Amino acid sequence: MISMEFLVATGIGFVVACGIYLLLRGRSFTVVLGLSLLGYAVNVFIFAMGRLWSAAPPILQGREPVADPLPQALVLTAIVIGFATTGFVIELALRSRHDNGSDHVDGHDEAETGKDGGRA
Amino acid sequence: MSSLWTQHLPVLPVLLPAFTAMALLLIGDHGGDSHGGHGHRRLLWARRLAMASVLLGALLSATLVLQAAGGDITVYRVGDWPAPYGIALVVDRLGALMLLLTSLVAVPVLWYASGGWDAHGRHFHALFQFQLMGLNGAFVTGDLFNLFVFFEVLLIASYVLMLHGQGRTRLRVGLHYVVLNLAASALFLIGVALLYAKTGTLNFADLALRVPLVTGPDALLVQAAGLILLVVFGFKAALAPLSMWLPATYAASTAPVAALFAIMTKVGVYAILRVHGVIFGTGAGESALVAEPLLLPLALTTSVLGVLGALAARTLERLVAWLTVALVGTVLVAIGLYTPAAWSAALYYMVNSTLVVAGLFLLAELVAAQRGDAADRLQPASPVAQPALLGLMMLLAAASAAGLPPLPGFIGKLMLLEAATPHAWQAAVWTTVLGVGFLTLVGLARAGSILFWHVSDEAPGAASGASAQLLSATLMLLAASVAVSAFAAPLQRYTQAAAEQLLDRAAYARAVLGEQAASQGTTRPYRFETPSRQEARP
Repeated sequence: MISMEFLVATGIGFVVACGIYLLLRGRSFTVVLGLSLLGYAVNVFIFAMGRLWSAAPPILQGREPVADPLPQALVLTAIVIGFATTGFVIELALRSRHDNGSDHVDGHDEAETGKDGGRA
Repeated sequence: MSSLWTQHLPVLPVLLPAFTAMALLLIGDHGGDSHGGHGHRRLLWARRLAMASVLLGALLSATLVLQAAGGDITVYRVGDWPAPYGIALVVDRLGALMLLLTSLVAVPVLWYASGGWDAHGRHFHALFQFQLMGLNGAFVTGDLFNLFVFFEVLLIASYVLMLHGQGRTRLRVGLHYVVLNLAASALFLIGVALLYAKTGTLNFADLALRVPLVTGPDALLVQAAGLILLVVFGFKAALAPLSMWLPATYAASTAPVAALFAIMTKVGVYAILRVHGVIFGTGAGESALVAEPLLLPLALTTSVLGVLGALAARTLERLVAWLTVALVGTVLVAIGLYTPAAWSAALYYMVNSTLVVAGLFLLAELVAAQRGDAADRLQPASPVAQPALLGLMMLLAAASAAGLPPLPGFIGKLMLLEAATPHAWQAAVWTTVLGVGFLTLVGLARAGSILFWHVSDEAPGAASGASAQLLSATLMLLAASVAVSAFAAPLQRYTQAAAEQLLDRAAYARAVLGEQAASQGTTRPYRFETPSRQEARP
């Protein structure tokens, strides 16, 4: 029988792997997708660090089991920050696509790194 | 009134820039119309308000330094929740020093930016204040997750500031900078979550008490968390091999922004000192000194890499950016020695090198502006309009950065060499620090002689010299760095005391958690193997 912990852990690992693969691609769109996937995986990871519970509210009511409320609070903060930064990076990728005429992360189609003049 | 003032003093360095930034957003932007008209008046008011706020901030941080100099650890419990449950802001000697250093950089840089750069893009002043809010917050917070939040505040402000002025290269490099930082933030969260899973707390003081109690296989996970955090902070501090982003980013930024960013690498240094120096320090049980085998060799590599980059640079801005890497490497070498004397040297050298690098970034732009089309490329071109003045400023900055006596860089390096004497790596440290100092001087001398002496007979590239405002801002930074030398004795006493205070984990815990430190519970509702409480697992 596969435990819930095993399932969640492999799930997070798989999403992180996909995120890293996309992050290493050359187009800014896939990079943004990779960052988002990485963000989701990290959020679930933080959540799982409070241990996995079922039917346990994060509020102390009586003697029934309660889940750890702190990781849930942390994950909310992380989600908000991740949402804002994703929004920003999408806008930035759009501007870069518009100004450089290509959505390659190095600003040109054939990635010839290291040949930039250095400054605007 | 005065008790209210002292009671809330630690939170003011965060609140002041936050409210100033909001007020600046309400004043509004010049809307691209910066020359005359309604927009111009708005910009003037924004400049006055921002300057007043930054000066007030400098006053606040000076007050905090005076307060901390006596050895008191000021704790501010946000919402008056007791420490391990609520967020605590803590101002000790190190935190206060970092706040003052931020102000010392911010005042001249804002003065310089008000000389015209702030009109080249939108909302410069508001973003500048948000950046200061993030920096100050990172330096006063006593909670690891809160540190993450303030990192994000300062980063998102820095993303926009870095793009200030726009242009294709800036956008392209900016995209790299943002993506790399977002990936680092994801790692930061993983490290924080892992640490929380094994210790049940994120408060610095509480962590310092609980990390030593974790043993066995759990200690391995805690060490892994510590090393993940080292990657994150090493990235911010430009620790090799994670320093490659810095030169491109800083060289692509506008001068005042790059000068302000000089303090950003120090946030990484500060976090390494707090987390790996103290929480994972000598008294951390099985997880003690988890970063030590990596930190010193990597820091030495950073130093060498930075100075080699500076020698290979083809523009002055890039040279200064690589020099930032070399200097931060030297600071990290001192931190990697893990003795109070070395940490004292690190703090002293950090104050000096930050001011010098910020001054050099501004100077690089002053020089570039007077060289016509050649700008800051290191090639023979028409002479600058003010060769004597700029040349002398360059000489002063170069001597200070390279560590020639009697300038403060020398005193800092001397402290570092002395602290390294009993260490096993003494030979490596001495060779690297002295070699890097020499090569820094070679690099800057080469740049200086090309810029000021290899000149054609044409008329100067610019008809007039730099305005008094730009010059005075740059001179302020360089003068501050000389002042570090003039007041070396009190400053050294302070940094020594700060380093010793860092190592006194018990006093920090008592200040933050109260007298019965270590006997507190965690926020965890379920039974958790905290060795201090010796509970059985359910």
